[in-house]
Parts: sequence; structure tokens; C-alpha cells
Amino acid sequence: MARRGGAPEVNAGSMADIAFLLLIFFLVTTTIETDAGLDRMLPPMEPPDVDVVIRQKNIFTVNINKNGQLLVEEELINLKDLRSKAIAFLDNGADGSCNYCKGNRDGSSSDNPAKAIISLKNDRETKYGTYITVQNELVGAYNDLRDRESQRLYQRDFTDMEGEFLNPETPSRIRDELKDKVKKIQELFPQKLSEAETSSSN
Amino acid sequence: MSKFTKKKDGDLPPVSTASLPDIVFMLLFFFMTVTVMKDSSLMVENVLPNASEVKKLEKKDRVLYIFVGKPTRDYQKVFGTEPKIQLNDKFASVSEVGDFILQERAKKPQELQNVLTTALKVDKGANMGLIADIKMQLREVNALKINYTTYEGDAFRNVQ
Repeated sequence: MARRGGAPEVNAGSMADIAFLLLIFFLVTTTIETDAGLDRMLPPMEPPDVDVVIRQKNIFTVNINKNGQLLVEEELINLKDLRSKAIAFLDNGADGSCNYCKGNRDGSSSDNPAKAIISLKNDRETKYGTYITVQNELVGAYNDLRDRESQRLYQRDFTDMEGEFLNPETPSRIRDELKDKVKKIQELFPQKLSEAETSSSN
Repeated sequence: MSKFTKKKDGDLPPVSTASLPDIVFMLLFFFMTVTVMKDSSLMVENVLPNASEVKKLEKKDRVLYIFVGKPTRDYQKVFGTEPKIQLNDKFASVSEVGDFILQERAKKPQELQNVLTTALKVDKGANMGLIADIKMQLREVNALKINYTTYEGDAFRNVQ
């Protein structure tokens, strides 16, 4: 009986081709995720039962017209100055109840961060890109202030802390610890951004 | 005779391709892990604006997508060049957004129905009027948590 040495070797030369085929399939059918963005809450449909009276000095009005120009507190300003203006308004603390505010306590500006409201209004023909830039600057103003307080209290950036808190991969023990800190900072500078219905230009 | 066909010493040995499958598999696994399946093909132009203060959208199963933008060239003959709304795989009018959200919400498991986020993927050239109408629709069906999906980058590039 003629014995042959073992099973014949399988030719693996086409393995690369098969792998390439799979690779190309995945390249074509999938996309790299771009899912990051600005989180916002819309106001509920039902108006609140009680009418709250807000003093004019506690409202920071931002108007965007259809050409993308900004009117902030009745004053035409450059988009680049919006963040510093918003920070100055939020951090003003005119009534002295806010002991962590570093603003110049201007009597004609906001009383304290809890009362300060930013009101954003835009035209129906405003470009979406401009709107996002304005939103980004306003959120950035809040984040800058929260970062400052967070650095003072916990020697860490707020945005960094919040990112870790929201990340589902963070262990729950650390998450619970972060939750209190994040909440505390959020209460120091509550985000109050109101959006009125858009006005038409005519 | 054999001395005429003698191999020269300086000849390069052939490059071994035995590790090629390994390399390709490595690439394959890389793409399998970092990408996700496309769930709908885009029928609108979708150049998102840039923003720097972004937050990541976690957990894809809790997100509903609304695309807005100019129809791509193939569809421009039929639908014109004004920005349109795309829901799943078809164009829709503003009034259909509310129903779409309710339908999609009903498809999700009970425990997720209250924590859904609506991601607005809007082309940066779109007008705010359309967005305002969509937001109004979302408020009507109580889908209040929204996310303006953006690229990460310098926000001032949007306005140039």
C-alpha cells in the first residue's frame, strides 16, 4: 500500500483576495460616525401657569438678522465679541448674592447667574451655519464660566468632567461621584437660553 | 552546458507575501470596529456646520435622525433646489415630521421611549425658517431633546 505523506497542504494564496473582498464590502456599506453636536432642550408646548416677571436688565437679547448680523443689547457687534459679552453679562452679579462672580457688578446688567437669561431670536432667512455659530458661542460662554468654577473647586475642567460623566463606559462608582460635582457646577451657572419664535423679515 | 545558465549571485529573492492576508485582515477589523452600517442613503446635500463646544451622542438606539438640505443633483430635477427634509429614505414635508417621530418612537422599546434624542443633521446653507418649523413640530409631539449634529472644528468657519 502506497502511503502518501499526510493531507495535502491547502493553498492559502487566495486568502488575501477574500480578505480584500470583505474589506471593500465594509468600506462601501459603512460610514465613520460623526455623531457629536450641540445638545438643546426645546421648551414644552404648554405655557407655565404662572406668569413670571423678568426684569429687563436680566435679559441678554441676541438678534440675528437675515444677513447674519448680530444685534446684542440694541448694539451691533461682531460675532467674535459675542462670547466675551455673554460672559460679562452672566458673571456680572449686581445684587451681590453671587460670591463667586468676578464681574464688575454693573447695576444695569444681570443680578446673578441664576436670574440671567439669554434670549436668542433669529430671522427665518438666517443661515443655519450662522445660527450654529451663535449657539456655539453662547454655550461656550457658559462652558468657560463653568470651567472656571470647576477649576477653582475641583481643579478640573467642567467639560472634561461632564464628558466622563456622560460616557457609558465610565464605571458607575466614578459616575456617582461625578454626578454631584457636575450638578453643583451646573447650579452655579444654570443654562438659561430662551429661544423665541422666529420672526419674518417683512 | 549548465555553467551558462548559472544563476547570478546578486539576484534579489522574491518578496514574501505570506503576511499580506494578515495585514488586510488587520485593516478589515479596523474598519469593522470604527464604522457603523449606513441605515439610509442621503438624498440631500449634508455639509454640517462646525462647532467647538460639542457633546458626543452616545447610544445610537436612542437617536432619531432628521436630515435637511438641498436635494442632491439627481433629485434636483424633480424636487428643485430649495432645502428639503429627508426622513428615512424619502423626502417629506414639514407637517409629516410629527407623525414620523411618533411612529419611530412607537417602534422603540418601552423603556427608551422617554429618553429619545432627535438629531438634526442640517446642511449649513439651510434657512432657519425650515428649522423653526421642524422645531415647532417636535414641540407638538413632545420630542424636546434635540441635538444639532455638527462637525468638531472652529465655529467661525461657518460664517466665512
